[in-house]
Amino acid sequence: MKLFRQAIIIFGIYLLGDWISKTLHWMVPGNIVGMLILLGLLYSKMLKLEQVEAMAGFLLDHLAFFFIPAGVGILSIYAGIQGIWLKLLLICVITTAITMTATGKMAEALLGRNNRQGE
Amino acid sequence: MEYLTDNLVFGIVLSLAAFEAGLWISKKTKLAIFNPLLVAIFIVVVFLIAADIDIETYNQGGQFIHMFLGPATVALAVPLYKKLDQLKQHAVPILTSILFGSVVSVASVVFFTMLFGLEHEIIMSLLPKSVTTPIGIELSKQMGGIVPVTVLSIIITGISGAMMAPAVIKLAKLKNKIAIGIALGTSAHAIGTTKALEMGETESAMSSLAIGIAGIMTVFIAPWVYQLTYGLLFFWQ
Repeated sequence: MKLFRQAIIIFGIYLLGDWISKTLHWMVPGNIVGMLILLGLLYSKMLKLEQVEAMAGFLLDHLAFFFIPAGVGILSIYAGIQGIWLKLLLICVITTAITMTATGKMAEALLGRNNRQGE
Repeated sequence: MEYLTDNLVFGIVLSLAAFEAGLWISKKTKLAIFNPLLVAIFIVVVFLIAADIDIETYNQGGQFIHMFLGPATVALAVPLYKKLDQLKQHAVPILTSILFGSVVSVASVVFFTMLFGLEHEIIMSLLPKSVTTPIGIELSKQMGGIVPVTVLSIIITGISGAMMAPAVIKLAKLKNKIAIGIALGTSAHAIGTTKALEMGETESAMSSLAIGIAGIMTVFIAPWVYQLTYGLLFFWQ
């Protein structure tokens, strides 16, 4: 029953976040609002880690599985991207390499090249 | 056949079986390109086409699986909370680099999609390609993108990021472990983090920390960075 009890909290926070996002017409999606609410509750110790950890672990351990239907949706739009999939692939690869380099270089410029801690 | 497929459970069983097969193939081949999710999507798509089953029929069950994404995003707060201590040590440089990386990600997508002459909808679908999927999907919806294109671009980004990481680190001459971790998590989300996991504890902790933060930051900056880059390119042309 532990999972069910924790599901009430996590699913409930998601509902609340979604409701806030839609009611206030925010550009920030409801699931992110929910995530920030949970983070705030944990940080302020209003909610203990043990009260949500099992359900959160279940959801995150199986995260990849939950994306299958969203990916399968490609079936209904395949005709639209048939001619451009190679461009899409190329853009993804190039921009990822650029982002990785830029982020790493910036972090190193700010942190210094040597890292003594964290071992 | 109709009695079999016209049941909520059909889409769920098909997805579970496809994911199991995906995990198995990924384990056997140990190749990044055989990402379990990518393989599972491929299997479901091929099965639906081969058996001539309508996607609406599959989605009767599929929507139940999809429903878990919202709460799963909320759950991302838990690992983020656990890593807050590590963030505190170098909060300013880490947050600045992730913010910078997220801006570069969105701006470079706008630049290259416009260079290749792609439509507005496709640009919107690719904007969140470097962030974790549950956040990316919502951002794509919010900006008017096509969700399946977003999902696939996120997976391709993750896989190619993990594959390119050793070469990029070498070419950019990155040495600092924190910097390497942040670079992987910001550019290639959870799949990039699996690569960071092979490199060491600092790298993987920083990479997974960066996933959530980059996701949140991208949600806030994407609309602005898009408009700014679009505007600049428009005048430049």
